[in-house]
Amino acid sequence: MTEVPDKKPLHLFAHARAGDKGNSVNISIIPYHADAYSHLLSEVTEDRVRALLAHRPIGAVHRYEVPGLPALNFVIDDALEGGVNLSLGLDGHGKSLSFLVLTMTVQIPMKFACRTAP
Amino acid sequence: MKTIYVACGAGFGGDRFDASGPLIDHLSGCDGPRYLIFETLAERTLAIAQNQMLRGEGPGYSEFLERYLKPVLKPCHEAGIRVISNLGAANVAGAGARTRELADELGLSGLKIAVVEGDDLLSVTSEEAIANMQPVEGTKIERPLVGANVYLGARPIAAALDLGAQVVLTGRCTDAALTLGPVVHEFGLAEDDLHMLAAGTTAGHLLECGPQVTGAYFADPPFKSVPDLANVGYPVGEIGADGSVVITKPEGTGGLVSEATVKEQILYEMHDPANYLTPDVTLDVTGVRVAQAGPDRVRVSGAQGKPPPPTLKATVSMDAGFLGEAEMSYAGPNARARAELAIEVLRQRFQRLAISCPVRFDIMGVMSVFDDDDGTLRANSEREPDGDLRVRVAARSDDKQELERIALEVYSLWVTGPAGGAGFRKSLSSKVKTASVLVDRSLPNVTVRLV
Repeated sequence: MTEVPDKKPLHLFAHARAGDKGNSVNISIIPYHADAYSHLLSEVTEDRVRALLAHRPIGAVHRYEVPGLPALNFVIDDALEGGVNLSLGLDGHGKSLSFLVLTMTVQIPMKFACRTAP
Repeated sequence: MKTIYVACGAGFGGDRFDASGPLIDHLSGCDGPRYLIFETLAERTLAIAQNQMLRGEGPGYSEFLERYLKPVLKPCHEAGIRVISNLGAANVAGAGARTRELADELGLSGLKIAVVEGDDLLSVTSEEAIANMQPVEGTKIERPLVGANVYLGARPIAAALDLGAQVVLTGRCTDAALTLGPVVHEFGLAEDDLHMLAAGTTAGHLLECGPQVTGAYFADPPFKSVPDLANVGYPVGEIGADGSVVITKPEGTGGLVSEATVKEQILYEMHDPANYLTPDVTLDVTGVRVAQAGPDRVRVSGAQGKPPPPTLKATVSMDAGFLGEAEMSYAGPNARARAELAIEVLRQRFQRLAISCPVRFDIMGVMSVFDDDDGTLRANSEREPDGDLRVRVAARSDDKQELERIALEVYSLWVTGPAGGAGFRKSLSSKVKTASVLVDRSLPNVTVRLV
């Protein structure tokens, strides 16, 4: 019987970077271990990313797969409430939103956790 | 195999001024054509420069032109390093003239300086015609426009290098063009050499944000540790005649070039990784591989090129009034209740004062950057009573007076608000908004000349 791992923050298994373009943001999700990519494909879905940003009036959420690296690239339309030019929030670029996505909890075997995690 | 070396001394318009020294030392030891680039022109930086020039408050080119170029012109000249930058912003001719003066002052009267002009669409067409172009992203186009600038590609930069230019200044061009220009020039790339255009664009994309590929915007210790981040080295790209790409950094600098730093930067500001559109090539990075090839050396391979899109992209900028911000702190026992009460007092006062512009409230220390304009996450957050919290009020209006009334209300919380209000600060900044449109390739009148 395969043991089902406990839910842990995605931050333990992947790193991420956010960049803006107009009012949309892209967030890359990169596993610390390339072999964890298949787990990311099943766990880190468009719906789950959308749920983390449900408090904002966002548009389409699109997940692109980048198997060569490997990595996922999310593009979230209208995520920035006006973007760097019009947003009333502190983070008009959405640079912090990579870490919002990393708060997602996932079921991934601990052997794929970041080796230098405390 | 011929290899060219491109170092990036600045990744945005406010970047450090002292990053180039180690890059020039590094390039001096490289066996091949060498280039130093400065990328200083974000989407709205150009609109701000344009606005300042119109108001007589600035030169239209980067206010930091002298700070970036003056220390490097002589050592670059002596080491045979050519300099390429988009410091020209909204006044490339002015930037060229100023750089000519700087060179003459430094005793470099023979230095060949070229300017690339023609990104300014308002010089070739009307505001009305621009407003009717096909939109791709951003806000609705409302006249009057502050500016409309098309992203030029690598070809004009390569043409300037073909003229023997040792310094090339541009306005709006793709950030990657600052690197791809030298690649096109050195290897004489045809427009259908998609493999090499993809390699040069990949290198340019990795270099364009400076230290973001060498450990900056990356560190998250102890998960992702970066040695000596305060002394981060800026990147150098090596592009070979076979399309091989290596990213590295000068010895003795801080930071890190690892597979992870390169992976993060490959996808930075990228939407569809199979179709990254540039004027020179459509880049597909879905099959890109990265491999550590030595300490602080990462090899990048597998980028694919497809023909570029039939149209160019332009950024259209418009005035967006002002952003006003004001802050007050509440700390210690029961700080959360006092901060929430301060916001309630302000809401009622703004109503009484007939404030009609959009206003947002945050409590820093509870929830701020992740929240929305309505404070949804804060309303649903756990109410930890104590803390060291800061109430932030932000409003946008075309009317400076309205924003001043808002700031004064926050100021008056000192005596009218909850107990212990402290540390009032306020700021006012002018804003521009942008939209993107598609532009026919034949519209811009691009010129390249020595000055």
